[in-house]
Amino acid sequence: MESDDRFIKLLKPGVFIISLFPLLWLAVQAVTSGFGANPIERMLHHMGDWALNFLMITIAISPLQRLTGLTWPMRLRRMTGLFSFFYATLHVFTYVALDQFFAWGAILEDVIKHKRIIIGFVSYVLLVPLTVTSTNRMVKRIGFKRWQALHRLVYLSAIGGVIHFLWLVKIDIRKPLIYAGILAVLLGFRIVSKLLKKEEKI
Amino acid sequence: MLIKWPSDIKSSKITDKELYLNRRQFMAMAASVAVTGLITEPEVRAGQKLPVVKRGQFSVIEKQTSFESASTYNNFYEFTTDKDNVARLARNFRTRPWTVSTMGHIKKSGVFDIDSIIKMFPLEERVYRFRCVEAWSMVIPWVGFPLGDFIKKCCEPTSKARYVKFTTLLDPEQMPGQRRKIIDWPYVEGLRMDEAMHPLTLLSVGMYGEVLPNQNGAPLRLVVPWKYGFKSIKSIVKISFEEKMPVSSWMKSSPDEYGFYANVNPDVDHPRWSQARERRIGELRKSKTLMFNGYKEQVSGMYKGMDFKKFF
Repeated sequence: MESDDRFIKLLKPGVFIISLFPLLWLAVQAVTSGFGANPIERMLHHMGDWALNFLMITIAISPLQRLTGLTWPMRLRRMTGLFSFFYATLHVFTYVALDQFFAWGAILEDVIKHKRIIIGFVSYVLLVPLTVTSTNRMVKRIGFKRWQALHRLVYLSAIGGVIHFLWLVKIDIRKPLIYAGILAVLLGFRIVSKLLKKEEKI
Repeated sequence: MLIKWPSDIKSSKITDKELYLNRRQFMAMAASVAVTGLITEPEVRAGQKLPVVKRGQFSVIEKQTSFESASTYNNFYEFTTDKDNVARLARNFRTRPWTVSTMGHIKKSGVFDIDSIIKMFPLEERVYRFRCVEAWSMVIPWVGFPLGDFIKKCCEPTSKARYVKFTTLLDPEQMPGQRRKIIDWPYVEGLRMDEAMHPLTLLSVGMYGEVLPNQNGAPLRLVVPWKYGFKSIKSIVKISFEEKMPVSSWMKSSPDEYGFYANVNPDVDHPRWSQARERRIGELRKSKTLMFNGYKEQVSGMYKGMDFKKFF
C-alpha cells in the first residue's frame, strides 16, 4: 500500500531526528535558562540517562515485535543501538574532558578504585564491538550466528549501566530501580519466550 | 519584627541579586495581571534585609558564589532529592510562627520564638567555604551569630552535656520529601561540645545580607564550615544537650559512608568517590580540597591524635 511505503520511507529519517532531540534540548537550555549551578553535572546525568534510555528502547524492540506482530520496529534497532553508543560516548567525553579536564591520573585512579566507574567503563567498552559490527557488511563478514551471539553483549552492557547508576546515586535509588525494573521485564520476556519455545519442541 | 537597616552590599554583587529578584517579581505581577486583569503587589519573599553589625571576622577572601546559585542548587531532601527543585517546592514553607526548644543536660531549658533569637545577639556576616560531601563547594556570606554565644547565654550546660544534638522540623504536609522514608525523619545532627562552642560554629539566620531563603534552611540553620555540608543542619526546631554521641541521620542511613565527625579531609575518600578535589560552583575546573576545608589552623587542635580513617 502506498501509505505504508511512505511510512517506511519517513520512519528512519524521522526517528533519527527525534533521537537528536535530547541533544537539541541541551543546546536550547544552554542558550535560554542555562544549566543551573552545576552545568557539568547536569550534562553528565542527561547524557547518561539517554544512553540508558536508548539501550532500553533497543532491547525492547524484539519483544515489541513479538507481542504486536509489527515488523517495522526491527528496522530501527540498529539506529537506536547506535544512538545509545552516541549518548554513552558523549557521557564519557563529558566525564573525561569537562568533569576531569583530561586529568588522566585522576581518571585512572577513579577507574581502578571506584566500583561505579569500573562498571560504567566496562559497560561502555562492551558497546564498542557492537558499534563496530553494526553494518550489514560486518554481519556478512562474521556470519549471522556469530553476530547474533556477539550482540548479546548488549544485555551485559545494559545491566552494567543500571548498576553504574545504582552505585553513583547518593541515597535516592528510585530512578535506578525503575530502570532495573524495566530491564528485568525485558530480559524476563526473553527468558520466558525461550522456555516456551523449548516446551513447544517437546 | 525586623528593623530595616541599610545594608553594605558590595557593588559587584548587587547586579546578580537584583536581576534575580526583579525577574521573579515581574513574572508574579504578569501572572496576576493575566488572571485578574489587575496589577496586585507581588508577595514579599526572602528579600528582607538583616541588620548586619559585624563583618570580616573569620571570613575568607575568595570569590563568593552567586546568590542565584546558592539559592537554586540545594540539598534539602525534606522537600525533594532533586537539587534544582527545592527552591520551587519550598516557596510556601511557613517560617512563622517558629520556635526552637532547648532541653537535656542544661540548667535553663526553654522554648524560644525565632524572632527573639534573631534579636538576641549582634548579627555578623561570615564569608565561609561550604563543602558538600558530594564534592561540590561554594563560598557563602552567612549572617548569624556564634552558637557558643547562644549556649552560654541561654542554656548553661551541665558537666554531663558532652554533645549537642539538633533536630529539623518534621512536617510532611509542608515538606513532601518527608513522605518517603528515604531518611529516618526528622533530620538529626550533632556536634561534640567543643565543636559546638568553637568560635567558627555559626547559628545562621541569613545570607547575602538578607533573611535565609526557605530552600537554604530558614529560619534558623547551623553552619560548621570545616565539616561536610550535611552537618550544617537546616530549619532547626530542637537543640538538646546529651551525654552520649547522637547518631546523625546520615550515619543511620549509611554508616560505612557517613560518620559523626565528617571533617573535610582530602586524604580520606568516600567509599564510592574521591574527596581529593571539588567542583567550586561557578568555576570550570575542579580545585584541590583542603584539609578541614581550609580551616586547619582554627580547628585541628580539637582533633589531635585522632585516626581520621577510623573517625570519619
